[in-house]
Amino acid sequence: MNNGTKAPACDKAVSGRRGFLAGLVGAGVLSLAPGVTLYRFAEANEAGAAVTSKVRWGMLIDASKCTPGCTECVTACNDEHGLSGTGRPKTDAQWIRKVDGKNKKTGKQWSLPVMCQHCAEPPCVDVCPTGASFKRADGIVLVDKHTCIGCRYCMMACPYKARSFVHEDLENQKPYSPRGKGTVESCTLCVHRVDAGRRPACVDACEAAGHGAMIFGDINDPDSAISKRLAAYPSMAIRADLGLDPGVRYQGI
Amino acid sequence: MVRWLLALTMIGVLSAAALVTVAQATDSQTVNSQTVNTQTVNSRVPIPFVPKGKGDVCVRDVAFMRANHMELLLHQRDATVHQGVRPKESRLNACLDCHAVAGKGGKPVSYKDPKHFCRACHDYAAVSIDCFACHNSAPTGAEVAGQ
Repeated sequence: MNNGTKAPACDKAVSGRRGFLAGLVGAGVLSLAPGVTLYRFAEANEAGAAVTSKVRWGMLIDASKCTPGCTECVTACNDEHGLSGTGRPKTDAQWIRKVDGKNKKTGKQWSLPVMCQHCAEPPCVDVCPTGASFKRADGIVLVDKHTCIGCRYCMMACPYKARSFVHEDLENQKPYSPRGKGTVESCTLCVHRVDAGRRPACVDACEAAGHGAMIFGDINDPDSAISKRLAAYPSMAIRADLGLDPGVRYQGI
Repeated sequence: MVRWLLALTMIGVLSAAALVTVAQATDSQTVNSQTVNTQTVNSRVPIPFVPKGKGDVCVRDVAFMRANHMELLLHQRDATVHQGVRPKESRLNACLDCHAVAGKGGKPVSYKDPKHFCRACHDYAAVSIDCFACHNSAPTGAEVAGQ
């Protein structure tokens, strides 16, 4: 491709989250003076570099900020990936859902979004007979729909009920989110946005709604906002007993 | 013996003639049923009508693309899905951006329409593709990165 010749634009959001990449991915070189160059890191993926395991994308959800009844994240996900709109919401795919609960003794209510937890040891990948279910180097668990045969073993293996099956022919899919009949699908952590240096749609929507209950970032980078928060406050994984080491963590439950 | 040989030769000639007739009939039927998609050379051979894309050049030269476009797409699909490599040019959506054919009202047609640039050739070559069971077959104007 054309890497090494241009210095692609690099916005603040990208540099903040991908600061660790500086020097590792020389996507462009900016000449300051003869003999002096400033290596700029930019969107690695556009420069043709594969994602690496130096990053592990994760999410931290603060239950104390998540409001019962609010479904901004669910709506944002449905809009982003074109999940709803068949007129039959009961059979629509569900990549993220709100789970409400109540402590019967104290009456304390809580509400949480639950989606693919992007496990480090994903059971869906273990059981997939074709290798369609896989974990990307940066920790995002995906379905390669080109090789998915729709057997749905992964749906049975997932302890979080995170996956959906597409039962009918679809039209007008989003160009960045291909979906089709006979394949299993789940939260992609908005991989198309992440590869472009942006945050998942649900995180943006949660912040836009004024809740700020979801933080997205690199949990391998000790300087990222999510890592600092994880280091400072107690957090937990749902079904931590299974030892799957999910990338999605919860706080305040 | 000579009579037998003669008879066999006659049968051979007759069946060859019949075959030629059948072949001609099929040829003309093909032309008739695909008038939208084919043009004819020397008024006999139907060839696919390939809609012209935007701009002067494709990502590679025409001969390469004709023979190897599927290899490029296959390579790119695996690199994108598994490694997150998303170059701007060699991706399916980039094909759609340049090659989309406008239908009624100037809106790009989908794969359902025989005028769709993929169908123009694939119908002719009787090669069925299932890319568009999942991928959108018309450019939507939305940025691929979801911006």
